Amino acid sequence: MDFLRPASWEEALAAKAEHPTAVPISGGTDVMVEINFDHRRPEYLLDLNRIELLREWEVGEENVRLGASVPYTQIMENLRAELPGLALASHTVASPQIRNRGGVGGNLGTASPAGDAHPALLAAGAEVEVESVRGSRFIPIDEFYTGVKRNALQPDELIKTVHIKKADGPQQYSKVGTRNAMVIAVCAFGLALHPETRTVRTGIGSAAPTPIRAKEAEAFLNAALEEGGFWDNGKIITPAIAKQFADLCSAAANPIDDVRGTAKYRRHAVGIMARRQLGWTWEQYRGTGRTLEGAA
Amino acid sequence: MAQNTRTVPVGTPTDVTQNHTQGGVGASTLRPDGTLKVTGEFAYSSDMWHEDMLWGQVLRSTVAHAEIVSIDTSEALTTDGVYAVLTHEDLPAAKNYGLEFRDTPVLAYGKVRHHGEPVALVAADHPETARRAAAKIKVEYRELPVITDEASATAPDAILVHENRDDHHAAHVPHPNIVHRQPIIRGDADEAAKRADVIVRGEYTFGMQDQAFLGPESGLAVPAEDGGVDLYVATQWLHADREQIAPCLGLPQDKVRMTMAGIGGAFGGREDISMQILASLLALRTGKPVKMVYNRYESFFGHVHRHPAKLYYEHGATKDGKITHMKCKIVLDGGAYASSTVSVVGNASSLSVGPYVIDDVEIEAIGLYTNNPPCGAMRGFGAVQACFAYEAQMDKLAAKLGMDPVEFRQLNAMEQGTIMPTGQVVDSPAPVAELLRRVKARPMPPERQWETAGESADVRALPGGLSNTSHGEGVVRGVGYAVGIKNVGFSEGFDDYSTAKIRLEVINGEAVATVHTAAAEVGQGGVTIHAQIARTELGVQQVTIHPADTQVGSAGSTSAGRQTYMTGGAIKNSCELVRERVLEIGRRKFGSHHPAWANAELLLEGGKVVTDGGEALATIADVLEDQAVEVEEEWRHRPTQAFDRVTGQGDGHVQYAFAAHRAVVEVDTELGLVKVIELACAQDVGKAVNPLSVIGQIQGGTTQGLGVAVMEEIIVDPKTAKVRNPSFTDYLIPTILDTPTIPVDYLELADPHAPYGVRGIGEAPTLSSTPAVLAAIRAATGLELNKTPVRPEALTGTL
Repeated sequence: MDFLRPASWEEALAAKAEHPTAVPISGGTDVMVEINFDHRRPEYLLDLNRIELLREWEVGEENVRLGASVPYTQIMENLRAELPGLALASHTVASPQIRNRGGVGGNLGTASPAGDAHPALLAAGAEVEVESVRGSRFIPIDEFYTGVKRNALQPDELIKTVHIKKADGPQQYSKVGTRNAMVIAVCAFGLALHPETRTVRTGIGSAAPTPIRAKEAEAFLNAALEEGGFWDNGKIITPAIAKQFADLCSAAANPIDDVRGTAKYRRHAVGIMARRQLGWTWEQYRGTGRTLEGAA
Repeated sequence: MAQNTRTVPVGTPTDVTQNHTQGGVGASTLRPDGTLKVTGEFAYSSDMWHEDMLWGQVLRSTVAHAEIVSIDTSEALTTDGVYAVLTHEDLPAAKNYGLEFRDTPVLAYGKVRHHGEPVALVAADHPETARRAAAKIKVEYRELPVITDEASATAPDAILVHENRDDHHAAHVPHPNIVHRQPIIRGDADEAAKRADVIVRGEYTFGMQDQAFLGPESGLAVPAEDGGVDLYVATQWLHADREQIAPCLGLPQDKVRMTMAGIGGAFGGREDISMQILASLLALRTGKPVKMVYNRYESFFGHVHRHPAKLYYEHGATKDGKITHMKCKIVLDGGAYASSTVSVVGNASSLSVGPYVIDDVEIEAIGLYTNNPPCGAMRGFGAVQACFAYEAQMDKLAAKLGMDPVEFRQLNAMEQGTIMPTGQVVDSPAPVAELLRRVKARPMPPERQWETAGESADVRALPGGLSNTSHGEGVVRGVGYAVGIKNVGFSEGFDDYSTAKIRLEVINGEAVATVHTAAAEVGQGGVTIHAQIARTELGVQQVTIHPADTQVGSAGSTSAGRQTYMTGGAIKNSCELVRERVLEIGRRKFGSHHPAWANAELLLEGGKVVTDGGEALATIADVLEDQAVEVEEEWRHRPTQAFDRVTGQGDGHVQYAFAAHRAVVEVDTELGLVKVIELACAQDVGKAVNPLSVIGQIQGGTTQGLGVAVMEEIIVDPKTAKVRNPSFTDYLIPTILDTPTIPVDYLELADPHAPYGVRGIGEAPTLSSTPAVLAAIRAATGLELNKTPVRPEALTGTL
């Protein structure tokens, strides 16, 4: 196994062009586990740790430009207001040591349906900026996940920056696991209210071959909120609407039975999380929501 | 290479003794290895290194049950850097080892009987080379149907997991796929059942728990010039290892010299041989030192687990709450090899009644041979599974009678003088009702602890924890109680002893004691209490603990809660013999100087010979001068008897230990997630030799019991008998956020038969913790929950 250590982003792109099978490594919290368990034996490892720009972030007018290697701890500590959903998701990632190393770029590169960041990115709305020696392009998050542990990257491309919409309303994120910390997702759910566009977006993790949005549930809720004038009158959302939304989120899931949980449970849990998060975000929108210590 | 000899620090802030000699029995002296372990500097068995050493790697079976058609090692052998590739054909002498039966192949021959069984072995100059070479070995299997449960094991046409059994239980078992069967019949259960006003029945399932020790199996074998081998390993019992290793190497025992390497936990999982024979074979074959370290994945295949069990119980009671009778059948799955299944069956059977007075019982416990992973010793050893079931039954009985579950238990609680179902009289304190009273009397932890001041909430206090799944929605509190009984020491007529070599000498004018035993320090605190006992008995301040090795006689296993009792007893006994010799020397030298030398009641205290009135006669230094006194002596607990194979009668156990728990849980009833808020424990420890260690043991045992209540389970595919979750990604153990407050209340009711009155403490808290948590979850949800661990699916009807 060859270990490539480019000193700059340009060198990294050149190395990836020359060795398209090279596996990029930054925090190493996923790649090293795979290597240690002998699940993969890449020909080349492409170490991105010398590339400063990947660890930088910038808060813009509409978006946060998040470098692929910005560790989860930084997101929790510095971007809580701008990216509340992702900050909550970051807090559920593994242990403090892992959160100090791992970043969103790794989650996207691996594209596991169980990656913690995905539902938050889907709910917030994001674009993934990828680059190769041929140039750069922006991939909408909705088009990024193409299959189980597959993404829309070309073999010569590297993930550079994730452009995430700054929160214009409340966001929530929950993950179900059979332990109270440091657990891989049995399933996860994210919800973001977008009052500016009067829309909601969702993200479901670990309950389908890829991270997905519950689009029918979103459409139903968007229509119901519009119809009832909820965005303006700030009324409590009726239990019937919440239930229908939860049921549609459950229906959007396409989970499997595995050693971590049954498909039936995952579908059930997605619905419960959806209903609860709708309650929490809507209460926050109405200005009565409670804050949560220890959550982010 | 191995642990250095170390001197134990004394005089900690938590010292409670007022003796002249500080840090004796009863003091909370600190562990000498504590700081090293916390700071990551302790040398574990995986940290050893030897110049010019090779790395050993095992190739394990990919299927659970198959005939081995062929093994082709040619490609592995020609790999650069490979020094040896071994299969069963290369075994020089005995091909099998085992704790109770020698039924376990060093390397599989003929067939493989479980997923992950060692088939071949590689030594190479780099661990990665060894791994890759092992992957090049081609093994052709002809798969056989798998035996996975009682029905498939005992079917009339069942394939025999072991053909031609010749062990000492083969003749009396009802089927060759049953390792051992132990019935116990006392009174007349059918007749007594007629007096019952209520009868409850239950069928319970206990999942396969792993010891999940932190330090994976590892060690270093160094070939010696005399043709023998020096072996540095982390194990629970050096001498039992050696008895199994030597025949497989074709060596006499004295040519297998073992030294304990740094142990990262054990919990029973190091009682069986792991890499000891394999590394030694490679070292002897290559003439080079060989190191082996299992990674975490391999570790799940590298040691035995706790027996999963099916338990069928029937209890009856009268309207006024007296239990009339009990009938039970306990089926323990021993997996492919016997390991300690025979003793686990004996324990499960003889402790199946629990700490209750029931005169009329009909008990049967069996241990199976299957193609599941081999199971053996784990903290609680057969008593854990039974306690889970009988405590569920107690709650069912109380509910049916409309009685308080604690009062119902107290009404039927055993006490000193109670006769066990085996006919053995409990002849030391058994404060079962008192332990229950104590946990019940504790104040309840406050409700809704996630609600903090100022409208905020802390998700860490809620089920789901950091995963932010509930802000209080669906959360219901439940409270549950349980109590258990565990035997201490090796039972059923086993010749259980320990050996202590004590040396007392004068160094730089000060009397110094050296304690040399073969006892394994697996975390239980032998490193503190051995020195404490020597201080108390010999009145010296400085005590050196010699590394454990086979240069001294056997200490027996660090298991069954026996080491403080047994090796502590052996040290006490040898110290007493040393003291007699010191006094003899003193009398010879100084007897004419003072009439008190003739006094029989002389003591050693504060470095001096003193009278029982406290008058100092001479310093130990003056008595000994340059003479050293050394004693090595074996010490035994009182003998026990085998259980009768038909009636189960016999004084089988040495001592009993009791613990009770109250669990307070909060359950997210919609998502099926559990947060244990508090697990209060009360336990009789006889005598707390080191109170700090006692509390640590009780809290650790409690947490291990919690683990198997809500998350820990090795999942085996019933169709293939393959392990589905051999990693810490999917075999979950409690984190600190899953670990509740554990208030501990310990009693010190001396056992008159034991040194200092001690009672083994490590195992009892593991028993009652699990059923207490289950009872609390049942109370919160109203569900019956007959299987542990409880999965979210079971709480939400989504199985």
